[in-house]
Amino acid sequence: MSRLFPHPLLTVALTLMWLLLQQSAGLGHILLGFVVAFAASHAMARLQPHKPRIRRPGLVLKLLAEVTLDIIRSNIAVTRIVLAGERRKATAGFIKMPLELRDPAGLAVLSCIITATPGSAWLEYSPAESSVLIHVLDLIDEGEWIDTIKRRYETLLLEIFQ
Amino acid sequence: MSFDDVPLWAALLISACVLVGAFLTFVGAVGLARMPSFYQRIHAPTLGTSFGAVGVLAASAILSTIGEDRFIAHEILIFTFVSVTTPVTLMLLARAALHRDRVEGSSDVPAVVERPVDQ
Repeated sequence: MSRLFPHPLLTVALTLMWLLLQQSAGLGHILLGFVVAFAASHAMARLQPHKPRIRRPGLVLKLLAEVTLDIIRSNIAVTRIVLAGERRKATAGFIKMPLELRDPAGLAVLSCIITATPGSAWLEYSPAESSVLIHVLDLIDEGEWIDTIKRRYETLLLEIFQ
Repeated sequence: MSFDDVPLWAALLISACVLVGAFLTFVGAVGLARMPSFYQRIHAPTLGTSFGAVGVLAASAILSTIGEDRFIAHEILIFTFVSVTTPVTLMLLARAALHRDRVEGSSDVPAVVERPVDQ
């Protein structure tokens, strides 16, 4: 099974992408899309990437919902900051945050979430210290930021990936 | 239904989506131009790539779904790829800036996190 389908999730995702691109869910497109996805997943297997294991798929939806809400919130916050312009005191700064998460896929997801959220950006991860350097646009309380990120995302990602 | 007779409620919804998306993208662009330092500047464009993009893409999906009378959702793919690739680009830019500042010995950035391991 795993030799025939080395990356089952990738195969499914690529088939879905093919159907979306074709804007059709006809049998012909499903078959064609599946053949393309099948070939692509075997090409991917040749690259021997780190294979992420998603242990709790249900939590992915919860993570998605939380990220969406947070991005809405930070969109509003950053819009305010930009519109306030120079009237606002500069509060930007760096945070060094310790992480328990070590799974490469989990770290990749976390870095994308943090950077995609307006107002925070992932700069540098150190595997030796298992810590990450984050730049925050509106840094008032360093501890609060670390708490929020840890509670909201890291615990979920730990459950999903580790 | 054709593109000529889109109902009023849909027209209002689509316009609202376009306006919100365009406004957020514009604010992001203004922020990019006005923020004082490089690290602050990388925060602004994510407005345009998060809900700025959602607004414009949702409007596009709703309009074509109504206009062509079938479900159109290429926009989901566009959004997925934009939201996965933008952070990667921003991280690369930020790390390049960090490296440059450290080489120049700037005191505004934290020192190298990783010390060489003693063996």
